[in-house]
Amino acid sequence: MSHLRSQRTAGEAIGSSLKLLAEPAAAFALALLVGGIGILLFSGLVPGHKPFDIGLPIDAYAALIGGVASFDGLTATLVYATPLVLAGLGVAVGFKAGLFNIGGRGQFLMGAVGAMAVATAIGAQAGAWVTIPLALLAGGLLGGVAGFVPGLLKATSGAHEVVTTIMLNYILVFVTYWAISGPLALPRAPQPITADTGNLHASLPILIGRDGNLGIFIALAAVPIMWFLLYRTTIGFEIRAAGANPDAARYGGMKTRQLIVMTMSLAGFMCGLAGAVTLLGVVHQMAPGYDTTIGFDAITVALLARSNPIGVCFAGLLLGAMRAGAQVMQIRAGVPAELVDALQAIILLFLVINVLRRFLARRSGRRPSLPVPALPGTVDATLDAEAAQ
Amino acid sequence: MSGIPEALSALPAIGLVFQFIGYIIANLTIMSHTTVAVAIPITLAALCGVMCERSGVVNIGLEGIMLVAAFVGWMVGVVCVGILGPGDPLPFFGVTAPLLIGLVAAIISGMLISLLHAWLSISLRIDQIISGTIINIGAAGITGYMYSLVSGLSPVGAGAFTQYQVPQGVADIPIVGWLINAILSQGPIGLTCVVIVIFLQIMLFRARWGLRTRAAGEHPRAAETVGIDVIRLRYKNVVMSGALAALGGAWLSMESVGNFNAGITQGRGFIGLAAMIVGRWTPIGAFGAALLFASATALSNSITISPPAGDLGSVMANVPGEFWEALPYIITIVVLAGLIGRSIAPAADGQPYERESAS
Repeated sequence: MSHLRSQRTAGEAIGSSLKLLAEPAAAFALALLVGGIGILLFSGLVPGHKPFDIGLPIDAYAALIGGVASFDGLTATLVYATPLVLAGLGVAVGFKAGLFNIGGRGQFLMGAVGAMAVATAIGAQAGAWVTIPLALLAGGLLGGVAGFVPGLLKATSGAHEVVTTIMLNYILVFVTYWAISGPLALPRAPQPITADTGNLHASLPILIGRDGNLGIFIALAAVPIMWFLLYRTTIGFEIRAAGANPDAARYGGMKTRQLIVMTMSLAGFMCGLAGAVTLLGVVHQMAPGYDTTIGFDAITVALLARSNPIGVCFAGLLLGAMRAGAQVMQIRAGVPAELVDALQAIILLFLVINVLRRFLARRSGRRPSLPVPALPGTVDATLDAEAAQ
Repeated sequence: MSGIPEALSALPAIGLVFQFIGYIIANLTIMSHTTVAVAIPITLAALCGVMCERSGVVNIGLEGIMLVAAFVGWMVGVVCVGILGPGDPLPFFGVTAPLLIGLVAAIISGMLISLLHAWLSISLRIDQIISGTIINIGAAGITGYMYSLVSGLSPVGAGAFTQYQVPQGVADIPIVGWLINAILSQGPIGLTCVVIVIFLQIMLFRARWGLRTRAAGEHPRAAETVGIDVIRLRYKNVVMSGALAALGGAWLSMESVGNFNAGITQGRGFIGLAAMIVGRWTPIGAFGAALLFASATALSNSITISPPAGDLGSVMANVPGEFWEALPYIITIVVLAGLIGRSIAPAADGQPYERESAS
């Protein structure tokens, strides 16, 4: 099957790239519909609404869109999209190598802690030109360490990265609490809290509107860099080869163990950078309980984008818009912002079951074909295993 | 020469070890009880994993199944209390009608989510880790959404099952009294869990179902040739195992505390997954691993509630509290990394199966 895919005609190529856009779009539209029905079913629980109030989903989605469709709303979208794109790239590069990085949460927190540590240590003396790049770098590196550990465990002992990254997430949450209430705590504060980066020459400059900070451009720059790395360098080729067929990559002379460690470190670096950018650009200060949902959000972004860096940019913007709009929706329509988390899962569900393709196949009376692999490598490997039997 | 100062510096450490052992013995009754209690949801999750993976289906959606079941059990309890009133508790385990209906609803919800996972991973042959991740994201989103809607109405829950009151004499039995007391002084879900561990161990290795399950997980094509319907068997195992993870979720919201909050599972499903691996995909092994992880939690609880005195206390006072909270997860990673080479997954674990006639 895989050899047939490589010999397709130009027409099929155009068709498949259209399908690449059509499938996420269809999944998104259907998820909104299902979400709307969900809002409708439980509208009686929203204060001031009757059960099965058809007006509520309409109000909610109007508020969601209205929250995005303004200059401030668009800026907010970009700000929300920034860490999603950075961490999404981190998860995507893992997928390319056949690695499932669920450690985004811990890596993001380490990024914030690393950036805060640099800001606390040198921010008061050094200027912004020194502090900000160093803080971003430290955040990325500490995030990279958080990715390196599960990578090393996988390469040396074979411990599956899904379980180790999740365990590490919980450990790093406690490390973050400890850092905030210990070494990074502001002296003589009544409650444990870190300093404000604004007082340490470490806040990212605002470049667009009220809160569009430099981080947006960092994320924007990371997209072509990651694309170049994956598709135009030897390392990128090796990462993709190891993901597509680990055995072939190993027989081809690639050091797959080193690739695993390196890819997980790179994935951790990107998620750490997301944490650093969010701290320096948006939250500025951490109190105990500081946490993030970026881990799973980034997985959604990478899956929606089918691990393509350019796709990550658009998927990040889409999810960023939903997050920005959800805040407005919660305030104006009283529908909890957690709706976005549920919508994420429904979008992914429709995406992986290929609703559009199944529907079209049923219309034309054909059997639906195998779903397109969301994780490069997994289905190819299965096909190889079947061919070997 | 250099050995002497080292030996001298080691002496206080040995003293600390004895103090530590003394501390554990002094708090054995409460700590062993906590260990068994904390191990129960982890064990139930791990048993769900064992049933799935022995038949060849990876299920990382355990966390999501538990979360949904915990929410549904609590929520149905709230609704039933609203309709029927709280009801009089029966003389055993504080069972009331709302609690019982909630438990049944929780189990059904867990089986339904498992059915979704079975459909995605067995019929559609979607990457099983992605399917599990979707379940986890969806469970967090939907329960978070519903809880934030419901919690504003200050709901009254159905409370919790109570634990079995072990007769005083049992705990006083020399040497093993504390152990029997720890295992028996649990609620209905906890006691059921212990029974299920033994039952599943026997079924998996001594019964026809177990042989077929293991065959489907090791070499599905060979299993099919001897007449085992692999697809059907995997469906059955995944859906039935959902009831186990659901029991684990119900334990959290209906036996441990009679309440729900967003993200109540706190990674117990994932720890269960690790317990399954450390326990080498056997029910008894998984229970043992869960007890190990739980003992770290019990220790950290005990140190917070009654800090040890003397030198040991002053040493432990310098250890950040966060370390003790992170300890179960640290132990999980260390054990996982250390054991993994000797813990081998079923050969066809995670591989979708396609009949030859269908391809």
